[in-house]
Amino acid sequence: MNATEITTQITTAANILNIDKWDYGASFSNDYSVQVDRGSAKQLKASQKQVITLRVWNKENLVGITTTSDLSKTGIKKALKQANIASEFGNKNEFTDFSPLAKDPIQVKEIDKRNPLGIKKLLKILREAESKLIESHEAIKSIPYNGLSESFYERIYANSDGAFRNYSKSQAAIYLYARAEEKDKKPRSSGSVKLGYGVEDIDIESCIKEAAKKTIAHLDYSSIKTGKYLVCLSPEAFLTLMNAFSSIFNARSIIDGVSLSDKNSIGDLISIPALNIYDDGLNEKNISSAPFDGEGTPTKKLSLINKGKLENFLHSESTAKIFNTIPTGHAGLGSKVSVSPDWLVIEKSNECSDINMALEHKNYQGNFVYIEELNAIHAGVRASQGSFSLPFEGWLYNNGKKSSIESATVAGDIKYLLKNIINIENEEELTTSGISPHVWINELSITGDE
Amino acid sequence: MVSASIKSTEIRFGECNKKLLEEVIFYGISLGADFVELFIENSDNSSVLAEEDFITSVSPSFGKGAGIRIFKDKRDGFVSTNDLSKHGLMRSISQAIEMLDISKNNNNSNFNGLDKIKDYSKSKMDWLNEVPTINEVSEKLLLSTKSLKKDKKVVVRKGSYARNWQEVIIASSDGTYATDIRLHQTVGLNIIANDAQYRSNGSRRFGSHGIPNEFRLWDHEKAANEVYETSMNMLYADYVQAGQMPVVLANKFGGVIFHEACGHLLETTQIERGTTPFSDKLNEKIAHESVTAIDEGLSEGSFGSLSIDDEGMEPEKSILIKDGILKKFLSDRAGELRTGHKRTGSGRRQNYSFAAASRMRNTYIAKGEFTKEELINSISDGLYCKSMGGGSVGATGQFNFAVEEGYLIKNGKLTKPVKGATLIGDAKEVMPKISMCGNDLELAPGFCGSVSGSVNVTVGQPHIKVDSITVGGR
Repeated sequence: MNATEITTQITTAANILNIDKWDYGASFSNDYSVQVDRGSAKQLKASQKQVITLRVWNKENLVGITTTSDLSKTGIKKALKQANIASEFGNKNEFTDFSPLAKDPIQVKEIDKRNPLGIKKLLKILREAESKLIESHEAIKSIPYNGLSESFYERIYANSDGAFRNYSKSQAAIYLYARAEEKDKKPRSSGSVKLGYGVEDIDIESCIKEAAKKTIAHLDYSSIKTGKYLVCLSPEAFLTLMNAFSSIFNARSIIDGVSLSDKNSIGDLISIPALNIYDDGLNEKNISSAPFDGEGTPTKKLSLINKGKLENFLHSESTAKIFNTIPTGHAGLGSKVSVSPDWLVIEKSNECSDINMALEHKNYQGNFVYIEELNAIHAGVRASQGSFSLPFEGWLYNNGKKSSIESATVAGDIKYLLKNIINIENEEELTTSGISPHVWINELSITGDE
Repeated sequence: MVSASIKSTEIRFGECNKKLLEEVIFYGISLGADFVELFIENSDNSSVLAEEDFITSVSPSFGKGAGIRIFKDKRDGFVSTNDLSKHGLMRSISQAIEMLDISKNNNNSNFNGLDKIKDYSKSKMDWLNEVPTINEVSEKLLLSTKSLKKDKKVVVRKGSYARNWQEVIIASSDGTYATDIRLHQTVGLNIIANDAQYRSNGSRRFGSHGIPNEFRLWDHEKAANEVYETSMNMLYADYVQAGQMPVVLANKFGGVIFHEACGHLLETTQIERGTTPFSDKLNEKIAHESVTAIDEGLSEGSFGSLSIDDEGMEPEKSILIKDGILKKFLSDRAGELRTGHKRTGSGRRQNYSFAAASRMRNTYIAKGEFTKEELINSISDGLYCKSMGGGSVGATGQFNFAVEEGYLIKNGKLTKPVKGATLIGDAKEVMPKISMCGNDLELAPGFCGSVSGSVNVTVGQPHIKVDSITVGGR
C-alpha cells in the first residue's frame, strides 16, 4: 500500500466512524543485514516492516492514539476505534493540536536513489572487511561485533486538515568491533562505525583502518591512579555527553520537571562564551536527516547555545504553545509527544579570549587524560541531576608519551563541565551523531585501578 | 467456498493452521533448507502514564507478523514480515533461501509433517479480558502518584503501567507445533526530589507474568513509601569517594551484578562470538565456593517465566554454577548447532522481527547462610549498595552498573548515604570475590536488551558481599 492509498483508507474509515479530526505518521521499510564470524555467514537478516501511528481527536478535543502494523482495512478501522477509545483518557491538562507548520514547505535533500546490493554482496563485502581487519595485526583474534546493513524506507505524515508529506531514503551502515588478545594480558576491544546513503558510499577501508588502529593502540595498557585530571574529550565523547544531557534544551523535559533548565533559562550563561551548539538535522553531512518531524513540522537548524548562552529550546506543537512560540521540528509522534534533538553541531564561537588555545591534543606535552569513547551511557548518566559516572576508553598522556588506560571511569557534573571548558580546538570532526572539535576540561574525577 | 479459500491462504489466530504451516515449511525444505522455523505473533499492548495528578498518556498498540528462520549447515537466514498470507510467508522463505545461497537440493526427508499441536494457550484464553481496564489502571496510577505527594520537596511524581499480551504460533521442520499466550504487566513509580541545589531520584519497578489480576493487588502505598524513602535518603547525600573497596549488594535488583557480570557470558551467543572468558571452563571453578547460580523459566508469575521459549521448547531449570563450579551454558537452537551445548529452553526474542537467541530468564544467586547484618559487620570500610540502577557488559567481559542508593560502611555499621557510585569490574575477577551470600533471596523484574531485542527477565540474589571492587565516583 502506498502513502496516498493509506490516507484515502483512513479518510474513509474515519468518516464511517464519525471521526472528524485525525493525523498519522507511517513508516515502511525494507532492511537487509549480515553478520559474519571468521569468514562464515553468522546471521543474515531481511525484514519488511510497516507501522502506522494514528491520532484522533474526540468532540472534547482530547487526543487518543494507536500504533499498528496491521494495515488491512480491518486493521486501520480497529486502530481508529482504539484511538477513539483512548481519547476518552486524553490529557485534559495539556491540549495537543496539529502543528501550525504542518503545511509549510519542507526541504527534501536531493540524493540519487541507491539500489539494494542484496544479502550476497553485503556478505561478500563484510567477509572481506573482517578478514582484512583480522590480518591487520596478529593480536586481533576476532571481530565479535560486526555488521553491514542497508535500509530503504519511506516516512509519511498526513492529517485531516489536508497536510500530506512524505520522503523516501536509503541508509547503510557498517560496524567493526575487534577483540585483541596478547599473552598474559587482558583482552582489549575497540572499533569503528561508518554510515552512508548506500553501501557503496561507505569508506569501508577507513572503517577497517580505524578499528585496527584503535584496537591495537589499546594493547599496551596500564592502570591509572584515581584522581583529578586535565581531560581532553574526543569529538565523539563530547557529543555523547551533550546528547545525554540534551534535556537542558528540551522544552518537554522542562515542563516535566526533569531538566536542569527552566522556562526562564533562555539567555542564561550556561557554558564558557567560546561555545556554540546548534541542532542541525538538515546538515548536508547528516546521513539520517529527515525533512519533517513526527508532527509534520519542517526540520530546521536551531541555535541552542550561542556564545555560552542558552538561546533556544527544542519544541513540539504542544510545548511551543505553552512557551508561546512555534514548534521547532523535533517532535516524535506519540500519545505524549516526545521531543529530542536531531544532530548536534558544536563549534568554537568568536568569543574565545578566555581559552587556552595552546592545548592541542596532537601537540600538548603536559599530562592529561584523552577520552576517546564513553560507554554505558544508559547506566551512568543522571540527566535530571546533571551528574555522570561513565566507563571510558582512552589514554593517559605524560610528557608527550601516551599509554592506554586499562579500566577507568570519569565522573562529574555537566554544569561544572560546561563552565570549565578551557579549550575548544579549531578542527571539527564528523561523527555518526554530529560534528564537534576536541574539547578540553580543566579538571574531572577519574577512577582507576590504582 | 470463499471463506474456505481464505482460511487456507492466511494465518488465522485461534484456528488450526497446520496444513498451511506444513505447506510453507515443506516449501522451504524442498528448496534445500536443512531446517525451517516459523514464529508467528499477534500482539495487543497498552501503556498508561500518570504524571502528578493527571493521566498524560494512554497508548494502545497491536500488530501481527512472522519471523522465518532457515538453517543450512551451521548458517542461518532470518526474514521478518507483516504479511501472514501463504504467498507472503513463501516469499519470505524464498528470500531466506536466496540469502543462504542454497541451490535446489531436495531435502524432503527432513520434514515428516508437524506433530500434534501443543496448546499452551488453553487456560489463558481469557487473560486479555481479565486484565484491568484502562479506567482501572488510570485510577490506580493516580492513587499511586497521589501517594508520592508527601511534601513540597517532591517535584516530579510519575506512575507508569504497561501490559503486553502476545499470542504465538511456533512451527518447525522437526515437527514442533505449539501455540501459547503470554501476558506481562509492569508498573513503575518515579520521583524527583529537590531542595535548593540538592536533587535526587527514586524509582521502583514491579512486574509479573501470567497473572491478569496482579496490578489490582499491587500495594501502591508500600511502593510509594519505598520510592519516597530512597529519594529523601539520597537528597543531601555526598558523592562517593572513588576507589577499591569491599561492597555489600542488596538482594532483589542487586542481582543485576550477576546478570551483567556473569549471566551474559554464560549464553552460547557469547561462546559463538568468542567474547566469554568461560567458554572452556565447564566443570572448572569460576566463582567463590559460596556461589551457586541458577537460571530458570519456571517460577510462577515471575517476569522471566515461560511456558515455552520462542523456539517451542519448555524451559528447564539450569544450574549454571554449583558451589563455584561452572556447570552449564544457556543455549538456544543455533547455540546447540554451533557450540554443542544442549538447548535449555532459553531461545528468546523481543518479537517476530528478531531471530531467537540464548537469553536469560529468571536468573539468581542461590541463598546462603548469613544474615544481612553479618555481611555488613564483616566490613570495616566499604559500601552498601541498597538499590541498583542499570548496567552493561562489554566485548571483553568488563561490566559496570550504577548504584541508585548507597551507604558507606564504617566499622561494620551503615553510616551516611552517598551518590554517584558506579561499580566496575571484570567477571573473571569479581566472581571469585563473592565471598558471602545472605539467606534472604528475592527476585526483581527487569528488561534485558541484547542481540534478540528487549526481553522480560528477573534478576535476583540474597544480600552478597564482594571482597573488593572498583567504585567509580569523585
